[in-house]
Amino acid sequence: MDDLARTSAQITAPLLEVSGLTKRFGGLVAVRDIGFRVARGEILGLIGPNGSGKSTVMRLVMGIERPNAGSIRLQGTEIAGWPTHRIARSGIGIVFQHSRPLHRQTVLENIQLALLPDSLWRLFAEPHVERRAREIAERVGLGEVLGRRPATLPFADLRRLEMAKALARDPRVVLIDEPFAGLTQGEVATFSELIDGFRRDGHAVLLVDHNVKSVAALADRVLAMYLGERIAEGTAEEVMRDETVRRVYLGGKIETHPRQYLDARGGEALLDVREVDVLYGKAQALRQVSIHVNAGEFVSVVGLNGAGKTTLFNAISGLVPFAGDIRVAGSSLRGRTPARIARDGVVQCPETRELFGDLSVRENLDLGGQHLASDADRESQLTWLFELFPILNERQRQNARTLSGGEQQMLAIARALMMQPKLLILDEPTLGLAPVILEQLSKALSRLRETTPITVLLGEQNVTFAVPHADRVYVLEHARIVWEGDPGRFAEEMGTGYL
Amino acid sequence: MMEMLRRPGPWIAVVLVALAVSAPGWMGAYFLGIFTTAYYFGVFAMSWDLLFGFAGEVNFGPTFMIGIGAYGAGLLNNAGFGIPLCLVGGTAAAVAAGALLALPALRLRGPYFGLITLVAVLLLLDLIVIFANITGGEIGMMVPDVLSISASVNYWYALGFLVVSALILFGLSRSSLGLILQATGQDRIEAAALGFNVTKHKLAAFCVSALFSGLAGGMLTFYEGAASVDTVVSLAITVQIVIAVVFGGRRTILGAILGSIFLILFDELLRPLGQLNTFVVSGIALAVIIFFPDGVLGWVLRPREPR
Repeated sequence: MDDLARTSAQITAPLLEVSGLTKRFGGLVAVRDIGFRVARGEILGLIGPNGSGKSTVMRLVMGIERPNAGSIRLQGTEIAGWPTHRIARSGIGIVFQHSRPLHRQTVLENIQLALLPDSLWRLFAEPHVERRAREIAERVGLGEVLGRRPATLPFADLRRLEMAKALARDPRVVLIDEPFAGLTQGEVATFSELIDGFRRDGHAVLLVDHNVKSVAALADRVLAMYLGERIAEGTAEEVMRDETVRRVYLGGKIETHPRQYLDARGGEALLDVREVDVLYGKAQALRQVSIHVNAGEFVSVVGLNGAGKTTLFNAISGLVPFAGDIRVAGSSLRGRTPARIARDGVVQCPETRELFGDLSVRENLDLGGQHLASDADRESQLTWLFELFPILNERQRQNARTLSGGEQQMLAIARALMMQPKLLILDEPTLGLAPVILEQLSKALSRLRETTPITVLLGEQNVTFAVPHADRVYVLEHARIVWEGDPGRFAEEMGTGYL
Repeated sequence: MMEMLRRPGPWIAVVLVALAVSAPGWMGAYFLGIFTTAYYFGVFAMSWDLLFGFAGEVNFGPTFMIGIGAYGAGLLNNAGFGIPLCLVGGTAAAVAAGALLALPALRLRGPYFGLITLVAVLLLLDLIVIFANITGGEIGMMVPDVLSISASVNYWYALGFLVVSALILFGLSRSSLGLILQATGQDRIEAAALGFNVTKHKLAAFCVSALFSGLAGGMLTFYEGAASVDTVVSLAITVQIVIAVVFGGRRTILGAILGSIFLILFDELLRPLGQLNTFVVSGIALAVIIFFPDGVLGWVLRPREPR
């Protein structure tokens, strides 16, 4: 697009104008007072780490959730609170991150569906529908696979199908959730071109993603969110340089306290992951990942959301099928059920926490201690945990659901520790937690590391949280381990290029 | 076209239709009667498949609509109206009751739709017992008129009704509407994001299902000369409908007919086994469901990718 055209596009009134948008889920404020404008032919990037509320903003605009307050205007018309189908009909389209095709229909029929009117009486599609569907398929590069069923398509083609459905609706505003997740470099280029096509055709585009990097090349402006609030807005470069953004993604100054003697002990590693590959359908989530954790060591795997940390932990816990080998204390985990692996001492504390919300704090802990040999064991383990997390002692009788985010995270960790794990896996414990809570959690982890011989594998996006506890650090990027070393070197080598 | 001729499905269908049409020529009155019942049952099952297979809603209350259709028609007949008017009245009552039930139920997510439809059946059962003076209660309600006293005429009525219902329901399932319905059934958020009013489409499917269920219930009443809780309202009927659909093949509409014929026919054939017959039939159905989860027709018509 030449400069003149772009200038004239910016003069026109915004297609989509959002202001004061607020959404609460119970006591949690997921989105607080968010506002932005997107004009015809403009791409706005909406970024933020997991739990920052960016996806909720997208769902609010689409009407999948109803806002508690605020206004959403499409070309001047207030659409906040409308049902989704009406918002879709008035000109907003969405490309979901996970493809949601009709599995029993062909690619062509899936595209045709998007072209049908919302009528009970038109039983057979007009002839132009099929022609139009074929044109769209050609445009996104699905021309060769029109007669196939979605299940037989490679991952990138499934994403193309989602794009095709959005194109078919010819929306004035397009919302795209994580446009490049799971795609190879070449496919990223193709999809960028498709998204740029939306811009050239005069659509307004909202790209939602975890980090600035992925949307920098496309977005005209970027809005960064954290804990439901706007933290920065501007060009991609400005947002990347922004102090708050850097603090959110990287934390502040990186401190390190490695205990290098642990890695030097040699011998058999407690956890040994060898050349592991994981595929989600057709998306490669892990590629030839090898890591090891020695007994007593605290190892951090850092990487942005979507890099593959959770997948790695789920492979270790036996929750996703993988190629390669994973050994614990010398014997392979292959063929063991997730329950067996957990009882054998590899306990994961998942990102989503998975607490039993309607059970009390004490009941949640007791469930973790079900497999302990004796009541005395359970008692002493509980006493120790209440020392480690005093707040849980006070909250014993409260339902887990009613705890704050930080308390829930501590309960999740405590429940995992009740199982007396040989290896404790912590997946992104900082998810959605406010800075002051992070500090408490960090102190608890320090005490844990200093007072017990426990072995920990921690996955984090927040480097400042992850590195101080670590004896060794791995960096996971786009499904691969790209760096390994001690935390001191990490601060020097990776601290700047990480975001 | 040539591709069609090489596949077994269409040929099997031709043979089955030929057998069904010629049946009154070579089949005794006893078996004609069994098939007549099975055909009405087939319409119950097809109507249910439209909701379960396409709209993705598990309706545990098909007999709510069938029962209202049957008892509505029967009550009108006892009040002196002719059969056609009774069928229209019973069907209208079934659709109205179905819509009244579905409107609030479709707003709920997860298992609640199924639970509400289940409770509706229990309420209907209670009402029939409470108003025993006009409904006949647990004994059943006789109707003055019957469709015919000839087994073959009754058979023709049932076959004709089955074929027309199958054409309409199958056509609907293959139409644009069927496509939208499947989208709402598989993923209501995606369907809404594509601009389809999910509740409207599901409600329409529910009404169509109610229409055929109610009409079939009414026809069955005038075939048997009575409506009773055991034949049109009982939860055992619901279970049989579910088995018939899953056995025949979910999302195929026509599979429901095969499933119904299998259930009713084998239940009769195995009657010499005494108490065991239901056990054996259920066992066979269970095996099919476990080993061929797409059902008989689903397995025959399973998608084959072009090589």
